Amino acid sequence: MTTVEHNRSLFGNLAGALAQLRAPGEGSSLLVAILLGVTLLMSAANLLLPAESPLYVSTYTITLMGKYLCFAMLAMAVDIVWGYCGILSLGHGAFFALGGYGMGMYLMRQIGDRGVYGNPDLPDFMVFLNWQELPWYWQGMDQFWFALLMALLVPGLLAFVFGWLAFRSRVTGVYLSIMTQALTYALMLAFFRNEMGFGGNNGLTDFKDMLGFDLQADGTRVALLMATALLLALTFVASRAIVQSRLGRVVVAIRDAEPRARFLGYRTEGYKVWLFVYSALVAAVAGMLYVPQVGIINPGEFSPLNSIEVVVWVAVGGRGTLYGAIVGALLVNYAKTRFTAVMPDGWLFALGTLFVVVTVLLPKGLAGLLQRGRTTDAETRGENNTGEVSAGDAPAEPITGEARA
Amino acid sequence: MKHLLLTGCLLLALVTTLPAASAGSVVSEQAAPSATPASEEPGGNRQVLLARLTRASLRESAEVLDQLERSGGRAMRGLFAAMLAGDLYYHRETGRLMAVQKNPAGERIGSDIFTGEGLGVQSRGSIKKVRVNNRLRSHLRDAIARIDLMHGTEAQKEGAVLAILDDLSPQNMRLLQVTADAGQSDRVSELIELARAMVELRDSSVTDARLSAIAVMSGRLEAPVRNQLQRLLDDERESDRKIRIAAQQSLEEIEGRIAFYDFMEQLFFGLSLGSVLLLAAIGLAITFGVMGVINMAHGEMIMLGAYTTYVVQQLMPGAIEYSLVVAVPAAFLVSGSVGVLIERGVIRHLQGRPLETLLATFGISLILQQAVRTIFSPLNMPVVTPGWMSGVFAINPVFSVTFNRLYILLFALAVFALLLVTLKKTSLGLNVRAVSQNRDMAKAMGVRTEMVDAMTFGLGSGIAGVAGVALSQLTNVGPNLGQSYIIDSFMVVVFGGVGNLLGTLVGGFSLGVTNKFLEPATGAVLANIIVLVCLILFIQKRPKGLFPQRGRAAE
Repeated sequence: MTTVEHNRSLFGNLAGALAQLRAPGEGSSLLVAILLGVTLLMSAANLLLPAESPLYVSTYTITLMGKYLCFAMLAMAVDIVWGYCGILSLGHGAFFALGGYGMGMYLMRQIGDRGVYGNPDLPDFMVFLNWQELPWYWQGMDQFWFALLMALLVPGLLAFVFGWLAFRSRVTGVYLSIMTQALTYALMLAFFRNEMGFGGNNGLTDFKDMLGFDLQADGTRVALLMATALLLALTFVASRAIVQSRLGRVVVAIRDAEPRARFLGYRTEGYKVWLFVYSALVAAVAGMLYVPQVGIINPGEFSPLNSIEVVVWVAVGGRGTLYGAIVGALLVNYAKTRFTAVMPDGWLFALGTLFVVVTVLLPKGLAGLLQRGRTTDAETRGENNTGEVSAGDAPAEPITGEARA
Repeated sequence: MKHLLLTGCLLLALVTTLPAASAGSVVSEQAAPSATPASEEPGGNRQVLLARLTRASLRESAEVLDQLERSGGRAMRGLFAAMLAGDLYYHRETGRLMAVQKNPAGERIGSDIFTGEGLGVQSRGSIKKVRVNNRLRSHLRDAIARIDLMHGTEAQKEGAVLAILDDLSPQNMRLLQVTADAGQSDRVSELIELARAMVELRDSSVTDARLSAIAVMSGRLEAPVRNQLQRLLDDERESDRKIRIAAQQSLEEIEGRIAFYDFMEQLFFGLSLGSVLLLAAIGLAITFGVMGVINMAHGEMIMLGAYTTYVVQQLMPGAIEYSLVVAVPAAFLVSGSVGVLIERGVIRHLQGRPLETLLATFGISLILQQAVRTIFSPLNMPVVTPGWMSGVFAINPVFSVTFNRLYILLFALAVFALLLVTLKKTSLGLNVRAVSQNRDMAKAMGVRTEMVDAMTFGLGSGIAGVAGVALSQLTNVGPNLGQSYIIDSFMVVVFGGVGNLLGTLVGGFSLGVTNKFLEPATGAVLANIIVLVCLILFIQKRPKGLFPQRGRAAE
């Protein structure tokens, strides 16, 4: 969008950091391969094996896995802006939920006259509220392509407007975080209202089928899981391409020293806006995949707690590494599932402790541990890097260095 | 509707009455034919009547009540009031009448109708309620109004006359006449005068007399006055143009005044909400505004304060009236020491890394919430409002403020002033400001920055705890109490300008007032959303808030 003056010396300065960012590249491909492989195996085990077989994977597990992968995609979206650009968004759940509502509206229209009230046009909750006709924003949502478009367009536009306003007036750091949180909080309050026409407190649920396939059927579940895995791999590859491109390098420069990047002639706000919009779109895709698998979307998804939980997944996995975000999301969510089953009260204690421990002792997350164990070479380079980063108003931690707890 | 209004007036009179005052009121014997000497004789006729009351059918009850009123006079007020409120029970075996009320623990506590002497806990099966129906209730209300007019305190008399304005029967007017003859205070005489004017307007056929009656009525805010004028204007048979015009003008004047008081009421609600926001945000204005630490566990500090209030009340069940006085310092200590622990344990290690601080303190907030859930329960805790905090302060019939909101408004201002003095006048305040402006330089000058950090954070958290005590009187005390305030508090601080305490004050009140003025048009939730969105837009325009810091302190 803007003409960018290239300044090689900047890249020279950051070469050390980039070398380290690129290093886990092969590992990342491995991760994608494992992901797709496991998904395929699970799907096969669900569809082909009989239920008595010890290797049989239940549909519940398939759905659970699909849910985890959606969360992983959301975590990756947060990581792109936080880990690479230093924008700590505490409101990414809003984009996720908006994408989910887009899909939910489509699924709602697909119910047709099979609802409790049997109204062919109006969803049940509208009949219940005595609405006479479909609101304008529900028009056309029975078309799959249109619903998809809307589910991408609305969060994208919101991210664009929000980002454009915020980054242009140079709102950074904590202020930005609190504003993103306020954004998702405001949306939550709004969606809780029945008058909004999104089902209020109960949200959208009771979905029957999608593109003509029964949502309860094993085959559909497996197909959804595969679609999720595939899209996760796709967004992962795309995101990696972005962060390793020239744009990605500028973004990292902005994270580490925004004023310096600006003085060098980069329109930093432009980069930030587009990265933010991209990240919001990834989050929206995750939301779209999430809703048909869990079968419900309600305003609770907008709650600030949900968004901030995503941040902790990224922190646990290691921000500034895309695979770290995915691994973090999978691990924490698996732990959550196990934990809430064994001792429901303990989960919040564990999550809270995780927040504290990771931020105080493990600022680079598990990925940081991995890297430190792998090379001592990177460590020395990392220290060189810390010297480069000014202690200016850039709120983000330099990825490298300082992890020597 | 009429009944509701009446009950409202009488309840009001009840609430504002102090038992000690009623004993001292002057009674004119000849004006009170009902107060016969019989009331001085213990036992006798009255005991028989009371015994009959427990057995009487609903129809007979009315007559028994009349006889009781004639024989007992003002001594019967407690009995009638308890019966009206549905609190009147009798013991199944002894037949003894008592007023029974549930205490916070859900036990039924009986007390003597006439002396108020406590009769201890009553089991559910041992007592039976004295039955009342609507007809009896209106009978009781009339009887109470009569007793109040004759023997009540000023407030009771006022309430009784106000009740009569709704029902200007000849019988009631005679009662008013007797009362007026006995000589009354200005307010009561004024009300009686008003009642006469209303009767005059209704019954008289002399234009001049009616016009002067309208003149008396104009500007009065009592609902019956408004209703009568409206009825008169609606009445087709009323053909006197002069009267119609006068009534119209008078009604407009009344409505103008009501609109003004409605505005005042909204302003008060806005200020009240503002004071809540201010209380919630003051602590944050220190930890975030002055120290620059993002404490997401701030809301939980408020919650801890509210739970401290609950615990204090549990520890001193006999002295609920003083519980808040004890709870304020207790909450300050509890939240303050938790704050110091958090600072020493976690935040110190994250110096200069605001985003990490945000995440870590968020984790702490989750732990604290769950801890409260585990220790107490996930349910809301009952916190009792002391007597002096409950009740309504009626400035006039259309504008009244509740005491708890009024006190909390004053309390918020007091806490704010105290904090301002602490920061400006004490050595701790001086150190805090020095460290926040230039940490290294302060250290070089011998300020123990670590100590100051801990103390400042403790102060901010402690004040949040104090806010919790106040909020426990307005909202439910539950594990989620803090969460609902955290975003609002941050918004107030950022809106007012970080590091600027006066900005927090202005921010809190302006957000509160804006919210309440939007509410009638949009509804509460939408008003909240609109304010949030406007704030987000505002911060884009002025990232440093309303009152940005200038000069060296700014960076």
